[in-house]
Amino acid sequence: MAMDSELLVRKIRDGTVIDHIPAGNALNVIRILGLPRGRENRMALIMYTSSSKMGLKDIVKVEGLELTADEVNMIALIAPTATINIVRDYKVVRKERVKIPEIIENIIRCANPNCISNQDRETAIPKFRLVSEDPIILRCEYCERHTYKEDILRQFMEGR
Amino acid sequence: MRGRDIISILDLSRDDLYRIFGLAREIEENMDKYINELRGRVLALLFFEPSTRTMYSFQTAMSRLGGSCLVFSDVIRTSIAKGETLGDTIRMFDGYADAIVIRHRIEGAAKYAADIAEAPVINAGDGTHHHPTQAIIDLYTIWKYRGRLEGLNIGVLGDLKYGRASTSFIYGIAMFKPSKLYLISPEELRLKNEVKSDLEKMNIELLETSDLQSVIGELDVLYVTRIQKERFPDPAEYERVRGSYIVDRDLLRNARDSLMVMHPLPRVDEISTDVDDTEYAYYFKQARCGVPVRMALLKLVIKG
Repeated sequence: MAMDSELLVRKIRDGTVIDHIPAGNALNVIRILGLPRGRENRMALIMYTSSSKMGLKDIVKVEGLELTADEVNMIALIAPTATINIVRDYKVVRKERVKIPEIIENIIRCANPNCISNQDRETAIPKFRLVSEDPIILRCEYCERHTYKEDILRQFMEGR
Repeated sequence: MRGRDIISILDLSRDDLYRIFGLAREIEENMDKYINELRGRVLALLFFEPSTRTMYSFQTAMSRLGGSCLVFSDVIRTSIAKGETLGDTIRMFDGYADAIVIRHRIEGAAKYAADIAEAPVINAGDGTHHHPTQAIIDLYTIWKYRGRLEGLNIGVLGDLKYGRASTSFIYGIAMFKPSKLYLISPEELRLKNEVKSDLEKMNIELLETSDLQSVIGELDVLYVTRIQKERFPDPAEYERVRGSYIVDRDLLRNARDSLMVMHPLPRVDEISTDVDDTEYAYYFKQARCGVPVRMALLKLVIKG
C-alpha cells in the first residue's frame, strides 16, 4: 500500500483490503459488495490516492469481511487490476490479484433479452467466455452476444 | 459424425462438409438405394416458430430414408406463457427420438436443447442467430453447380444484422476462404460486431458496402436475403433504401456470365420474377437441394 494512504486511514485489525482499484471505481466496488453493511463492517474508502504502479488508485478497507469467490469474480469484472489483501491481527496474511475467469457462470446476465438464459422459466444458467480483458468483453455461451463493461456495471448496480 | 449436435455451421469442419456433400450427391443420383437407410428410426421435429420449407424438407428427407417423424409445431399454445417449458419438452422428446430438430424464436434455444438432450440436436433456426442446415444447402449448391467453394468472389445482400440464414452462410463460406467477401446492406443492417470479430479471427477481409451496383460485375455468387420493413424505425427510410437492393434483369446486365444468384427463400420482391428464367437464377435449384442435403445430414448424424 502507498505511504500516504497509511497516513490517511489507520490499519484494520481483521478483514479485507481491496487495493489497486482503478481510480474512481471504489464506489462501484462497494456497491456490488453490498457495502456498507453496518457497524460489524467498519470501513474506509480511499479515492484518487497516488500509486507507484497506477498513478492514481482507489482502496477499500473493510473490517470483519471475507469475500466469497463470486464476489472476487465480480470485482475482477469491474476492477481487473485490484488486489485482495486478507488481514489478520493487523498483518496481511494473504495477498492476491483478482483474475477474470475464462468461464463466468451465473454472476451476470446476458445483455440480449431474447437469449435463452434470460427466459425466466427455463433453467439455462448464464454462462460466458472471456473474449478480452481490456476492454472487457464476455461472450454468451448460448446466443454468442457480447456483453461489455457498461452492461456489467449496470447490472451490478441494479441488482444491489 | 454420429451423435453430433449441429448448432452452428462452425460445428462442422470442411472435411465434415465435403462428406455431407459427397453423400448428398450420391443420394441425388441413387435416391432409391437409401429407402431403408433409417428404417425404424424416429426424428423429432420441434417447430416452436412457424416454418414450411424447413419443416417439410426435414420431414420429406426422413420419409425418403425410411424413418418416421414426430412433428410438434404447437406454435399457438407455446406462445402462451403458461405452456410447458422448452427444457421439459426436450426431455420428453429425447426419450422418444433418435435425433431432434428444433426451431425456436429464442437465441441459444438449440444449444440449450443440446445441453439437455442425449440425442443429437440439429438447429433449424434460433431467433436471429444461426441456421446451419440452410448454410449447408447453400454451400452444397455452389459446390454442385460451380464445382468448387474456395477462392470465389461472394456478395451477401440484404439484412445482415438480423438474418440468421445470411449469418450462417457468411460463416460457412468464410471456411472456404473467399477471394472477396462483399457485405452489401444499408448502414442499419450491417453485420453484428460479434460475427465480424469471429471473421477477423478467421483472417477474412470483409468489404462492407451499401452499393450493389458497384460490385455486381465482380461477383461469382450473389446471396440475396430480404430486407424487412419492420427493422427500420422510420418507414420512410425503408422506402428510400429498398429500391437499391432489388435484383432485376437491368442490374444483371453488368454481371459475369457465370454469376449465381441465390436466395434461401421465401422471397418477396427482392429478386424480380424477370430473373427467374435467366441463367443467373439458382434459387429454385438451391431449394431442391434441401431434401438430399438433409437426408445426408440425418443419415450421418443418426447412423454415422
